[in-house]
Amino acid sequence: MTNSVLDLEEADCILITGSNTTEQHPIIGTRILRAHEERGAKLIVADPRRIQMAIHADLWLRQRPGSDVAWLNGMMNIIINESLADEEFIANRTEGFEEVKEAVARYTPDVVERISGIPQEELRQAALMYGQAERAAIVYAMGITQHTSGVDHVKACANLAMITGNLGRAGTGVNPLRGQNNVQGACDMGALVNVYPGYQVVTNPEFTQKFEEAWGVTGCSDKVGLTVTEMIDAAERGEVKAMYIMGENPVLSDPDSNHVIEALQALDLLVVQDIFLTETAELADVVLPGCSYAEKDGTFTGTDRRVQLVRQAVPPIGDSKADWVIICELAQRMGARGFDYASPAQIMEEIASLTPIYAGVSYQRLEEQGFLQWPCRTAEDVGTPYLHEGQFTRGLGKMHVVEYQDPAEMPDDEYPFMLTTGRNMFHFHTGSMTRRSAKLEQESPEGYVEVNPEDAAELGVSDGEQVKLLSRRGEIQAKAWVTDRVPRGLVFAPFHYAEAAANVLTNPALDPQAKIPEYKVCAVRLEAA
Amino acid sequence: MEYRNVLTTCPYCGTGCALYLQVLDGSVVGTLPVKGHPISEGALCIKGWNAHGFIHHADRLTKPLIREQGQFREAGWDEAYNLIADRFSSFKSDFGPDSLAVLSSAKCTNEENYLLQKFTRAFLGTNNVDHCARL
Repeated sequence: MTNSVLDLEEADCILITGSNTTEQHPIIGTRILRAHEERGAKLIVADPRRIQMAIHADLWLRQRPGSDVAWLNGMMNIIINESLADEEFIANRTEGFEEVKEAVARYTPDVVERISGIPQEELRQAALMYGQAERAAIVYAMGITQHTSGVDHVKACANLAMITGNLGRAGTGVNPLRGQNNVQGACDMGALVNVYPGYQVVTNPEFTQKFEEAWGVTGCSDKVGLTVTEMIDAAERGEVKAMYIMGENPVLSDPDSNHVIEALQALDLLVVQDIFLTETAELADVVLPGCSYAEKDGTFTGTDRRVQLVRQAVPPIGDSKADWVIICELAQRMGARGFDYASPAQIMEEIASLTPIYAGVSYQRLEEQGFLQWPCRTAEDVGTPYLHEGQFTRGLGKMHVVEYQDPAEMPDDEYPFMLTTGRNMFHFHTGSMTRRSAKLEQESPEGYVEVNPEDAAELGVSDGEQVKLLSRRGEIQAKAWVTDRVPRGLVFAPFHYAEAAANVLTNPALDPQAKIPEYKVCAVRLEAA
Repeated sequence: MEYRNVLTTCPYCGTGCALYLQVLDGSVVGTLPVKGHPISEGALCIKGWNAHGFIHHADRLTKPLIREQGQFREAGWDEAYNLIADRFSSFKSDFGPDSLAVLSSAKCTNEENYLLQKFTRAFLGTNNVDHCARL
């Protein structure tokens, strides 16, 4: 998030898109609803599904999945034409506006309606509501990013915020809600193919030298590595021989599960470190028992760059070991130096010494203050509630021209429905933890697919009956939930359930830059089971 | 009987809610919200209230497992470490560092993510390290 969870309450207008906030980030959802209902902040929701937030919104735009560039460009076009753009902010703090202005001019309300299905008058109301707000915040999640045009969607959100001057102040910003407790931290720590900790790129020799000196090694690669989906393809081709997977379950979480299983089986060696024998661990040659969050000390970094302590409550279960201990012991066994730490606090000291945005973070400060929001550059730095105040990190805020493109796989005669996937309120990701939590499993014990009532009637399917879903990648069977949460032609399936695994169906087409798969759109056929 | 509340951070989404794990005689038996926390303000969602639910589940892995003739058997840590160390070293020397790939975890701590990318970059010699941020 450019801003903080807390300052969402200072917004005059909140635009939520591609985030089922009340189910997936309920505590943030509550805060947004409080801003809306108690302070009168305007609430705009753009989502293909009639989620709970859509019911509360002042305005609900029901766009076709994957059409986000079109309606976001369309909003900008109206804002510019209505003289609601922040000319001073654009002139002083950004570059690229003229090109964007020229491009969005082609996204007239009728063009946008044709691409996105959003009625012209509703688009206009949304543009005025967002454009007239003194402080407007954009909130999004994977509904924006999990597309072959995901990067363009994010750039369109950033353009909209920049042309209205909605960055660098409390109650504004471009605010992705991160779906995992420490996905922000894993990125910050350089568990990414192109960056060392703190986003210091591996292709810059200065950074490589810095880390080689600190780690006492030579020969760190300057070649950007393979992303998770590329690793799977390289494993299938035999180029990657061995994989080490810590705490991830790609068999259920990656697109096109059948392909993932084949690729992992093609490896010469698969090592999985996890707390349960997940669907991925079942394929491993060696399984190492790690520890849950309750059995170790450490830190997690939340969606608003908030670093907080994780504290050990109980000793490791059985002979399991904390994941940091396992990494250190294996590295030492292989002859690596620099893996003899007494505690996670000591590891954080090394992180802080090499990562400028974490330089002021220490366990002592976290114990005393509860949290620190990065950038936190010195021991005196109180941290940063919102980014880009006065100046962007790169100097001027860069606006990018983005154009609408169809998703990679659109419905056709053979596969006439669009499938979109996600989570529900009771389960988390591949369910390895929540499906083993008795109360959560009791609330939502089986897979299902949301089907519009008219589509269900045509198929001859009643609520609660089993349906078969087929795509070009595979088929699953799940219970039909006949509901107007989804419009005609769209079905939704959660990916938590191994026995009705939505990712058997999904399309492994990637955004060319971020390499994020298009989980939110693929073509399927429905049949009564 | 020994009872403690341990202040920690929720293991589910990225909101960053605080919670207390209720620990009775060495077992986590429940979850409580934290009134004074700036993000969660004494509230939790249904997953947060159940953040203790899986910790002592009977399915927890308690020993390393090694596959032998298609079946897993329990092994000691030394045997598992030696097997991984030998095989990874020989892949690295036979096929080069980029024949190895590592997935780190958005469920693990910052310190663990830091160490796994350090191990991958500094010792294995490849940037083939990623996690589920894209998924």
